[in-house]
Amino acid sequence: MRFIAWQMLTGDKAKYLGLIFAIAFSTFLMSHQVSIFCGLMNRTAAQIDDIVDAKIWVMDAKTQYLDEVKALTDQDLFRIRGVEGVEWAVPLFKGTSRAKAPDGRFRGIILMGLDDASLIGMPRRIIKGNIDALQEPETIAIDQVGYKFFFPNEPVTIHRTLDLNDHTVRIVAVVDSNAPFVNLPVFYTRYSQAISFVGRERNQMSFVLAKAKQGIADAELNRRITAATGLKSLTANELGWETIWYYIKNTGIPINFGITVVIALIVGTVVAGQTFYLFTIENLKQFGALKAIGVSDLRIVGMILMQALIVGAIGYGIGISMTAAFFEAFQSNLDLRGFRMLPEIMQGTAAVVFFIVILASAFSVRKVIVLEPAVVFRG
Amino acid sequence: MNTQAVVCNQVLKSFGAGEDEVKVLRGVDLTVPLGEMTFLVGPSGCGKTTLLSVIAGLLNPTGGDLHVLGTALHQLKSSKAVEFRRENLGFVFQQFNLLPALTAAENAAVPLLAANWPLKKAVEKAKTLLDELGLGSRVNARPNQLSGGQQQRVAFARALIHDPKLIVCDEPTSALDEHTGHYVMELLRKIAVRPERAVLVVTHDNRIYNFADRIAHMNDGLVTHVEQNGGMN
Repeated sequence: MRFIAWQMLTGDKAKYLGLIFAIAFSTFLMSHQVSIFCGLMNRTAAQIDDIVDAKIWVMDAKTQYLDEVKALTDQDLFRIRGVEGVEWAVPLFKGTSRAKAPDGRFRGIILMGLDDASLIGMPRRIIKGNIDALQEPETIAIDQVGYKFFFPNEPVTIHRTLDLNDHTVRIVAVVDSNAPFVNLPVFYTRYSQAISFVGRERNQMSFVLAKAKQGIADAELNRRITAATGLKSLTANELGWETIWYYIKNTGIPINFGITVVIALIVGTVVAGQTFYLFTIENLKQFGALKAIGVSDLRIVGMILMQALIVGAIGYGIGISMTAAFFEAFQSNLDLRGFRMLPEIMQGTAAVVFFIVILASAFSVRKVIVLEPAVVFRG
Repeated sequence: MNTQAVVCNQVLKSFGAGEDEVKVLRGVDLTVPLGEMTFLVGPSGCGKTTLLSVIAGLLNPTGGDLHVLGTALHQLKSSKAVEFRRENLGFVFQQFNLLPALTAAENAAVPLLAANWPLKKAVEKAKTLLDELGLGSRVNARPNQLSGGQQQRVAFARALIHDPKLIVCDEPTSALDEHTGHYVMELLRKIAVRPERAVLVVTHDNRIYNFADRIAHMNDGLVTHVEQNGGMN
């Protein structure tokens, strides 16, 4: 009967292709939009992901997310270092400034000030140059997107200069960092240099990065730091999620993406469901004949589900391939860094498509189940 | 040995209930013997098709006693009734009801596929049967590529392929012109009537009455009389 189900499904090419298109379109929209949304949300925590050396982030107790901080004092740093279980703790400056290229083009930038001695927080992948040269005065490392902006269509070289808040800074390294939310260039320098670049204020330490001693769990160290200092102490992962949730709760981004995904879900379900239902209605006499001939309801349900699953599998395959092709095509585009289709999105979309085709076939199944086989004797 | 394919004893069938109840069969007595072609005739609305549906196990009688091939079909569990139909009954429908996506051979093979025969073997057997029915050159044609008479012959093949003991036909010539109707009935009589098989035909086409061995006349939900006919002998 699988053969008959397959032939019935593919016999009407227009409806067959219509069903596949509906599922493929729905799959593409859902997987694509969810991927973009996840990529965008991941970008909000890009600077956290870049810092792989430190698992503990300490900040003011009222801090809500990464990009809005109240500066800590030097005393806070010493108190954190004094907490039992802290292996090391270093300052981190995160701020914004404006940089200008020799040709006059300028742009707001994200400035990261890393611990002078250890440079903890520097991205691992160095494209050009040497980060040890950051020990020299008025030097920075720049991410490749920033470099491409200030020196478009030029090969990546070091020792070029930029104007940063009336300081002429020299690029000593070009690094590969995660794309930030607003895709601004990211500059890395020593903490003391960063302070001098942006102008001295009373307190400018954005975060303290710390590491737990061996045998001390991160959660336990967080608890101890908060108890000892009254500051908020989170793991990098926790701060990342707090930042992501801040954007989810306080921007219209999830609503916009959510609407698109829901529309894709509805369009997929309605179009596939309606086409599938019409397909069944048109074949009702044939199903009635099969029932009369001696094909059980269970086998007919099996035939319909098989048709639905075939359509779902082919449509999903096409849709997910379209999404994969999109991200593959734009993989080399630096502005779209961080946007990719995660395996979880593929799995989630597959589950939703499965739900769509089962729902779409449910009405058809019901129609056939209640169909009286004697209908075939009514002309 | 049982020589009766169908025995109906005071068979009742109603639709609806209470004031809306419609009594379609009002105590049908009928026997359909093996080895013969029996016609069930009568005016429109007299209950022919309902009786055929009840005999074929597609509708349950409201009352009375009914045995098909020695089995009280209406007393079987639903799954057993389906199995009984699959093994013992062949169907010919008024509108043929061939699956448009299948070839003639595949359509004819459907009862074998329903009985889990391998596709290739089932289609091979269907081709042989279609050849016997004069459709050897059309086995790969789809229903929309066949004439009405050819489609009916495919439907005959579908009804016969699993060698059933009872074949039920609903108005087999109503969609055909006189010449073609005559031809397919001749064919049906030739290939379907066997000593171990009964053929029950519902029709109101009096041009083909001469093919019947016996004719049961129905009126107003009852079989009023049965006449021996001779079946073109």
